[in-house]
Amino acid sequence: MTDLIIIGAGPAGITAGVYAARKKLDLLVISKDIGGQAALSGDVENYTGYQFITGLELAAKFEEHMRKYGIQVRESEVVIEIKKSKETVSVTTDKGEYGARTVIIASGKKARELNVPGEKEYKNRGLTYCATCDGPLFASKDIAVIGGGNSALDAVMQLMRIAGKVYLINDTASLRGDAVMREKIEEAKNVVILNNSRVKAILGEKMVNGIMIKREGRDETLAVKGVFVEIGLEPNSGFAPQIEKNSLGEIKINCRNETNIAGIFAAGDVTDVPEKQIIIAAGEGSKAALSAFRYLAEHKF
Amino acid sequence: MKNVKVYSTPTCPWCIRTKQFLKESNVTFEEFDVSTNQVAAEEMIKKSGQMGVPVVDIEGVIIVGFDRGKIKETLGI
Repeated sequence: MTDLIIIGAGPAGITAGVYAARKKLDLLVISKDIGGQAALSGDVENYTGYQFITGLELAAKFEEHMRKYGIQVRESEVVIEIKKSKETVSVTTDKGEYGARTVIIASGKKARELNVPGEKEYKNRGLTYCATCDGPLFASKDIAVIGGGNSALDAVMQLMRIAGKVYLINDTASLRGDAVMREKIEEAKNVVILNNSRVKAILGEKMVNGIMIKREGRDETLAVKGVFVEIGLEPNSGFAPQIEKNSLGEIKINCRNETNIAGIFAAGDVTDVPEKQIIIAAGEGSKAALSAFRYLAEHKF
Repeated sequence: MKNVKVYSTPTCPWCIRTKQFLKESNVTFEEFDVSTNQVAAEEMIKKSGQMGVPVVDIEGVIIVGFDRGKIKETLGI
């Protein structure tokens, strides 16, 4: 049994860890990865103190800071469920079970899934949620990008330079996102924009070889080798059924990062805090750690 | 020292982290850029049965993604 378990090691979780370690709390960090979405951000120019730093470098600095305090980190471990009973919170992961007096949920957000047949089966077999990572593997191949907002446009901008034909599958009447990007994409010779189109299934054998879409009331099949899903983000909050969330699945917190359950706090992008920014997540993490510290003191643990 | 191969792309953050980690751990490895090397790309897909990067091949043990624990365990470091 520890004083505190922090779920997640992005900007919120790591900052909470640093603050808690400085308060000499006995703590454990459990996370799928270190750095979270910050590590996947391109250039960061609005984190005070750094006029320019890449997301990856900033995440590495966060990690270094956390490691300096000798915090126990269980990496590559996924939380399946947390449950509060009496004065203990039990945390079940894919590798074990832990108990703590307090928990800070800082599990962030992940790429939203399409929820269509074939998606799970072909994940990493031609279907990906990270154009930056996997794009170069699709050089000269025909591909499809799903989405119509900035992240989809950004993916198309990267991919139209390397791929063959790029289909942009958008389920609304017109593209959203920045006008500058939209214009460049509309001018590109190898990009086909399909509005009012919905993905019905991902097709393939061993790897992806096509997608089925519904457009203007008709089913169509497009032959593509790659599918890039860029339809936004959703919070990693499914493991906490007892905790109150808003309609987006974000954990509801008050200004002291308390959830509806005493002893369970939350911070960063997984919460309903307005604005999702690295610096905000970090600040929220520190607040959550101080709240947990106060809670432990008040309960004389 | 075990024979280590890393299949990666220059733009993928987890590839950079993987290579950084290996360097810090003084592990020498052979690097394949699958964005330019089509033969290596196919080799990677064949070995791992998937297209996500990075892929680390430690004498036949295939590790997909940056999995520090598994790399350490496989290398015995």
